[in-house]
Amino acid sequence: MGKVVLAGIGATPIGEHWEKSLRDLMVEAALKALEDAGVEKNVVEAIFVGNMSSGYLQGQEHIGSLLATWLGIPGVAACKVEAACASGGAAFHNAFTAVKSGVYDCALALGVEKMTDAPTEYVTSALIMADDQEYTAFAGFSFVALNALVYKAYMEKYGARQEDIALFAVHDHEHAVHNPLAQYRRAVTLDAVLSSPLVADPIHLLECAPTGDGAAAALICSEEKARELGLTPEVEVAASTLATDVLSLHDRDDLTTLQATVRAAKKAYRMAGIGPEDVDIVELHDAFTILGVIHLEDLGFAKKGEGWKLVKEGEIEPGGKIPANLMGGLKARGHPVGATGLYEIYDVATQLLGRAGKNQVEGAEIGLAQNVGGVGGTVAVTILRRMR
Amino acid sequence: MSYMNSVPRAWRERVTKYRLIGGRCKSCGKVFYPYRSFCPRCGSSDVEKIELPKRGKIKYFTVVRSAPAEFKKYEPYIVALVELENGAVVPAQITDAEPEELREGMPVEGVLRRYREQGEDGIIEYGIKFRPVVGEE
Ligand SMILES: [Zn+2]
Repeated sequence: MGKVVLAGIGATPIGEHWEKSLRDLMVEAALKALEDAGVEKNVVEAIFVGNMSSGYLQGQEHIGSLLATWLGIPGVAACKVEAACASGGAAFHNAFTAVKSGVYDCALALGVEKMTDAPTEYVTSALIMADDQEYTAFAGFSFVALNALVYKAYMEKYGARQEDIALFAVHDHEHAVHNPLAQYRRAVTLDAVLSSPLVADPIHLLECAPTGDGAAAALICSEEKARELGLTPEVEVAASTLATDVLSLHDRDDLTTLQATVRAAKKAYRMAGIGPEDVDIVELHDAFTILGVIHLEDLGFAKKGEGWKLVKEGEIEPGGKIPANLMGGLKARGHPVGATGLYEIYDVATQLLGRAGKNQVEGAEIGLAQNVGGVGGTVAVTILRRMR
Repeated sequence: MSYMNSVPRAWRERVTKYRLIGGRCKSCGKVFYPYRSFCPRCGSSDVEKIELPKRGKIKYFTVVRSAPAEFKKYEPYIVALVELENGAVVPAQITDAEPEELREGMPVEGVLRRYREQGEDGIIEYGIKFRPVVGEE
């Protein structure tokens, strides 16, 4: 089987897009990806749309066909892919397997979420659907509450301090300043983070990814097809994997490791023929500060219980051991849930293509994106590699 | 409402939720809630259906200060993972206590309480909440 290459990427800014609908966001991201690739829309043979909550928040399902219709390419294969906050990564995985297998030569993976039309408590209701409705949501848990328990378990097990873990939010904001697509392009201090209101103890508001609207897309092709179209592909998809863990925390023996990350990463490193030490940049799914720390460990960049040290010692900055979330991460770039997996891929590609401006890591060749659904019920890992 | 107003669903879950019906895996020993045919740890089908004890301790708790729509009127309230005497872990609310009175490891006991309402005209859903055991501190 030949290589799968990234032909183009596109994304809308993340924010409160009151003037744009779900379909407007999808069409905008799709057109940008096609324009970036320099191809016509009729090269797209299949569309996979990652989205979590269009049914609940917009009363709209069947958005694969909706996008094909509004993009003016009815007839293509198209469907929605859902895996909570990992919907985008899962959509990309579907597109990858579709092209890798040879069934399609060219597929569009797109993620979209429109969250700001609804009042906060309804968004909170939508997000807890990522966990078990009959037992976890029934008991009144919010999604933040579940992560609060993970936070407590981590601090108890490893003796880590909140002021060290919360630095992840400060890091994200610092880099979002230079990302034109980011939702919050301003720096925050650790004091501001730790004095913001509690959402679910011990998690403060500024430790949580915000709600926002956005869509991001990646056009992928077989290398052969790309060359046939006259393209000169610069980035290949070296690996795309998906793994699960038991859905809910109450079924897990250890709350401080996301087994789905460990599993998806192991498969991805094997598929790409690399190890964690070969990764130049990483985009982590830090929906909450504690998750950023845990992901550094579960992806193999730090020993268990020591992820926070990488943050504190500057090792996730450009020039550090493993530069992470250099476009602002979920906290400051933003987290339109079903789109996030594609934004991460967009951000990794932006680095590999040398388009990251002030956030550019010189010579970045291999980048990894990790996208988490729920409290780790699903994890998608993508590895992109610059082609020589 | 974020979930279906459904009488059959609440009826279907009543025994599991009111009596805390869980499972014990005869293959790896895991005890879990709720009952299902396959062990969440090892996947074995050699699972025995058991009624779980109503006493245990708070494993981890937190305070929900920004609640889903159907719980909005109750915020702030306390949710926890409660580890029962046989090791099963149950997601539940803590009741009859303020957050400041609680700590991880504190002994608790189950009581049948109201959880959520299916709107103005729908049914009320009940389940087990846990409260601190008085005098066992
Ligand atoms: Zn078992």
